[in-house]
Amino acid sequence: MYVAVKGGEKAIRNAHQLLTKRRRGDTGVPALTLDQIAEQLAISVARVMGEGSLYDEQLAALAIKQARGDLIEAAFLIRAYRTTLPRFGYSQPIDTGKMLVERRISATYKDLPGGQLLGPTFDYSHRLLDFALAAEADGEIEAPVRRTPIDEPMPRVTDLLDDEGLMEADPVSAEDAPVGDLTREPLSFPADRDLRLQNLARGDEGFLLSLAYSSQRGYGRTHPFTGEIRYGAVEVEFFAEELGFAVSLGTIKVTECQMVNQFQGTAKSSPKFTRGYGLVFGQVERKAMAMSMVDRALRWEELGEEQVAPVQDTEFVMSHSDNIQATGFVEHLKLPHYVDFQAELELVRRMRGEWFAAREAEEKASRNQKEAAE
Amino acid sequence: MTALNQTSGQNQTSAPLAAGFADPVQDAQRGFRTIMNAMARPGSLQALATGGLKPPAPLTPVVAAIALTLFDYDTPVWLDVPFARSEAVKTFLRFHTGAPIVSEPVEAGFALIADPAHLSSLGKFHQGTLEYPDRSATVILTGQTLSNEGPVHLSGPGIETETAFSTGPVSLAFWDQVKANNAQFPRGVDLIFAGSAEIAALPRSTMITVREA
Amino acid sequence: MTAQQKPLDEGEYNFAYLDEQTKRMIRRAILKGIAVPGYQVPFASREMPMPYGWGTGGVQVTASILGADDCLKVIDQGSDDTTNAVAIRGFFEKTAGVETTFETSKASIIQTRHRIPEKDLREDQIIVFQVPIPEPLRFLEPRETETRKMHALEEYGLMHVKLYEDIAKNGHIATTYAYPVLVNNRYVMDPSPTPKFDNPKIDKMAALQLYGAGREKRIYAIPPYTEVKSLDFEDYPFEVQKFDKPCGLCGAENVYLDEVILDDKGGRMFVCSDSDYCEERREAGHLGPMAADPNAMTLAGGTSDQHSEEPAR
Repeated sequence: MYVAVKGGEKAIRNAHQLLTKRRRGDTGVPALTLDQIAEQLAISVARVMGEGSLYDEQLAALAIKQARGDLIEAAFLIRAYRTTLPRFGYSQPIDTGKMLVERRISATYKDLPGGQLLGPTFDYSHRLLDFALAAEADGEIEAPVRRTPIDEPMPRVTDLLDDEGLMEADPVSAEDAPVGDLTREPLSFPADRDLRLQNLARGDEGFLLSLAYSSQRGYGRTHPFTGEIRYGAVEVEFFAEELGFAVSLGTIKVTECQMVNQFQGTAKSSPKFTRGYGLVFGQVERKAMAMSMVDRALRWEELGEEQVAPVQDTEFVMSHSDNIQATGFVEHLKLPHYVDFQAELELVRRMRGEWFAAREAEEKASRNQKEAAE
Repeated sequence: MTALNQTSGQNQTSAPLAAGFADPVQDAQRGFRTIMNAMARPGSLQALATGGLKPPAPLTPVVAAIALTLFDYDTPVWLDVPFARSEAVKTFLRFHTGAPIVSEPVEAGFALIADPAHLSSLGKFHQGTLEYPDRSATVILTGQTLSNEGPVHLSGPGIETETAFSTGPVSLAFWDQVKANNAQFPRGVDLIFAGSAEIAALPRSTMITVREA
Repeated sequence: MTAQQKPLDEGEYNFAYLDEQTKRMIRRAILKGIAVPGYQVPFASREMPMPYGWGTGGVQVTASILGADDCLKVIDQGSDDTTNAVAIRGFFEKTAGVETTFETSKASIIQTRHRIPEKDLREDQIIVFQVPIPEPLRFLEPRETETRKMHALEEYGLMHVKLYEDIAKNGHIATTYAYPVLVNNRYVMDPSPTPKFDNPKIDKMAALQLYGAGREKRIYAIPPYTEVKSLDFEDYPFEVQKFDKPCGLCGAENVYLDEVILDDKGGRMFVCSDSDYCEERREAGHLGPMAADPNAMTLAGGTSDQHSEEPAR
């Protein structure tokens, strides 16, 4: 019997022992090292860092290894670890304008200051399985030709549009304005953009992807252009009270996406371009794009648009974006529920009894009626 | 802290800072269970272990134990005049709890009252809203003499039938204020009475009947 | 950082796992919950090393109230030996080193999912419920923004309409568990998915009741002796499920029973859902009608074997 396992403690121990064995697989095959995972499964690692909300490649690699490659389980391991870490404060905002850029593309301009920089991308590759990769040993990898670094600054496309007044101004908030943090405060609605962006940044890639897709297919009102996607390293700084100035904590790699949306204007606001914003750890470009589209859709109220689609529904989106919460609740249905099921059994049996009794009575009545008529 | 910040005539800042809980984890847990029991059983007297605290006056060990158990940098605290006048009290609270000390009563999550006889009103504290009644303040009255005899009778959640209760010093209008506080349930403040070794509490849910002898 | 925080070493956790700042935040939420019985207090629920939906709310509440001298009992479906009860009890044994027990009367804190022990709880006990969906109005109105207004304005008409529609359609209310209650004549509350059989137990209970919903980030409470009324109508009064047989093992009547399927030919027996209660009765010499059945022997035997393996601390 699976529920009410008598000797449950022992059963759990044994199940975990078996999992350990299965996780390792055939011991004739060398075990994965964390470096192998971090180096060669970099996008998985980045996704786990993003959805796990902790930037640490080695820990994310460990989580992926421990989770047998289940990325949601891995993100969950990271989240659970993250909550136990002491908090020292909040870092300074990162400046993506000063990013050490490895990739930067814009779909809105053919050329622009700083130029287009394709960088490492699957775009334009032919999706043909590369059987050479199946060979055990590495072949020679030709050194890629890279543009000689130019000393030209790489302004963000949205800043270029801004100069003409065509782009909505980036809302500037006071230095000391509090920034919401949904890991410290329970979520309540209405939720401002800071909380929405934090929620989306931690949200499930697949969920955001589908929501963004739905907005393109007409469930929403976004008509997005990729203003810019940039990926590279940025410095993280922390203001040390006791020193009185900001110190560098190191660099992290992020992808930033700014979607530009045509906006016809409303009574509240003149015609112009508006933006949606996405920022994720590592090169998780798909999610950065989806995030920026969902962010824009969620701004309907501020821009005086109508709410017509699921992607614009802040409470719906924010309440269901977190895959750690979602997987927990969906999977909790595996837990024993037999007490409640017993209550339902009794009710359904009783209702069936009543239903059949009623039908029998009906049939009897119509038989009697017939007999009386004859 | 510079001399400029000292608003009081008493120069207490030079005194060494009094220690916090000897065992922060277990002392806070015991303190909390006592406060929880008091809140869950309105009017009952609950002995509070103070973990050897020797806070600066007018803080008492019992009040300091409540503060160290419940306050931190997420809980703005309002102090009445005798507390606010003492730099040593503020330094003690800031150092051991990190709680911001606010000057507007309505901004406070907790209010510490050194002189309850002169507490003018409970209405000046955050009463919570109908949608978020939990956002109201908890008011802690110091130096109380508590007993389960007296003209005040309590009933409601946490009380099987009825409990007699008295505490003091409190202002003349106090019990009328407590009745008014209960009348606006679910809004309203919650009260903790700190005696010399024990505490009692009156959440907003408790109904008050005063019977003249 | 305040003086009360200390950083953790790698692989070493604070007493009962949660850091002190988190415990304080939860403790404050508990106090507000007690002050406003039945009202759901939002709290900044933490990620726990177990999945959301598997008791993280109850675990956070227990971790915040638990002390070194407490004795903890954990049940799921009424039993101490179900998988999740075992896992949660193990968690507190490991992180807090507290004494644990299977005996209801010995426990100072009982964490539960889906049941309330048959034995009356005492004033010196606390029962902690794990709650999946704390909002009783959620299935009538999914939006938090709306349900919060309904609670604020005490607008519970929708709930009564739903229950009445049940009666109109089926002749009775078709809610068998998580049956809504009115607390202290003010808040409609979800008593967690306990069968409605257990609803009368939470009315004027001597023990303090704490409810924790981790994923939904809500804590609520019912102080001792608080009036808790199951919603009903004058012409359709609330009634609990009745079993027409006693427990097959111990012969107890008026208790909640589990249906155990014995074979594929329709053979089944009914046994106490509260395993500790059943065992105590059998030890006192009570025998049910199927106590001599070979299947029953396995069930009963398994239970008492496990009992003897109870971790000694």
